Amino acid sequence: MNPDEDTEFRKRQKSRNWVVGGILLFFVVLFYAITIVRIGD
Amino acid sequence: MTQPATSLALPADWRDFFALTKPRVMTLVIFTGLCGLLAAPGSIHPVIGFTAILCIALGAGGAAALNQWWEADLDAGMKRTANRPLPAGRLKGTDARDFGILLSAVSVGVMGVAVNWLSAIILAGSIVYYAVIYTIWLKPRTPQNIVIGGGAGAFPPMIGWVAVTGDVTLMPVLLFSIIFMWTPPHFWALALFVKTDYANVGIPMMPVVKGEKSTRRQIFVYSAILLPLALTPWFIGGTGLIYAIAALALSLAFFALSLPVSFRQSGQNDSMRPEKRLFAFSIIYLFALFAALVVDRVAANQGWI
Repeated sequence: MNPDEDTEFRKRQKSRNWVVGGILLFFVVLFYAITIVRIGD
Repeated sequence: MTQPATSLALPADWRDFFALTKPRVMTLVIFTGLCGLLAAPGSIHPVIGFTAILCIALGAGGAAALNQWWEADLDAGMKRTANRPLPAGRLKGTDARDFGILLSAVSVGVMGVAVNWLSAIILAGSIVYYAVIYTIWLKPRTPQNIVIGGGAGAFPPMIGWVAVTGDVTLMPVLLFSIIFMWTPPHFWALALFVKTDYANVGIPMMPVVKGEKSTRRQIFVYSAILLPLALTPWFIGGTGLIYAIAALALSLAFFALSLPVSFRQSGQNDSMRPEKRLFAFSIIYLFALFAALVVDRVAANQGWI
């Protein structure tokens, strides 16, 4: 893997990690909110 | 895998996974699902309502990913779809398949736990209907594929409605029927001006198998049925005058635009303008009709009419 490919590899990895992290965080918040609403039912 | 064996494959871009969910189709799915939810009698907590719409969107995305996984070879042969992530080689087929299964499972599970299990079962049914019955079984086998496929697109408002009410009544079935009848003229108008693409990959689209004349006649029949059908929610007392007026005006326009498509034959190097116009209007039609449904419900709730 040449330096350019390595940079692109890391860049893609990083952007995917951010997206997956964001989605997980979103689901944590969503499940928390659903739980609170459901408890109130 | 498209990369040479000597180099390490680049991790797929997250945007390609996003593209697998067919975001443009999803906007219509989200919109009609939201309208079904908002037009349903009763109330739903905003968080649960949001979750229901999210699940409908995730389910549609999962079904779309499975559809693209199965049809990657066909997509490669069509100009319109050749640049999708799978035929273009930017994603692995197994990744797309697993992504589709994950989205589908999460959407049904969350819908069941957070909203209600009836809407989760209908959502699961709609995913299986689209990904298996339509994509794998009937699309490559019958020119009626679009009629059958229309059922898949017709589920979202029904699921949105059932998320609120928890039961299936005539109104959500009517909303389902409207989209079901709308789909053939919508899609066949498109198929008329891209028919060479479908012919190249052997998908038995109506214009390819039965010819233009038969397709145009069927566009006429479905458009004619759509006109009274769109008014039925008002006939049965499920909606008010706002919806009735909007449905009448929109369906008359749809029918009027379908007439030149129904009774002409394309020539050499035809620009296919009536077909393109009908296709473009059909999208506006569905958005406007469902928006009218919601406005009508809001107006009734507020006591404006």
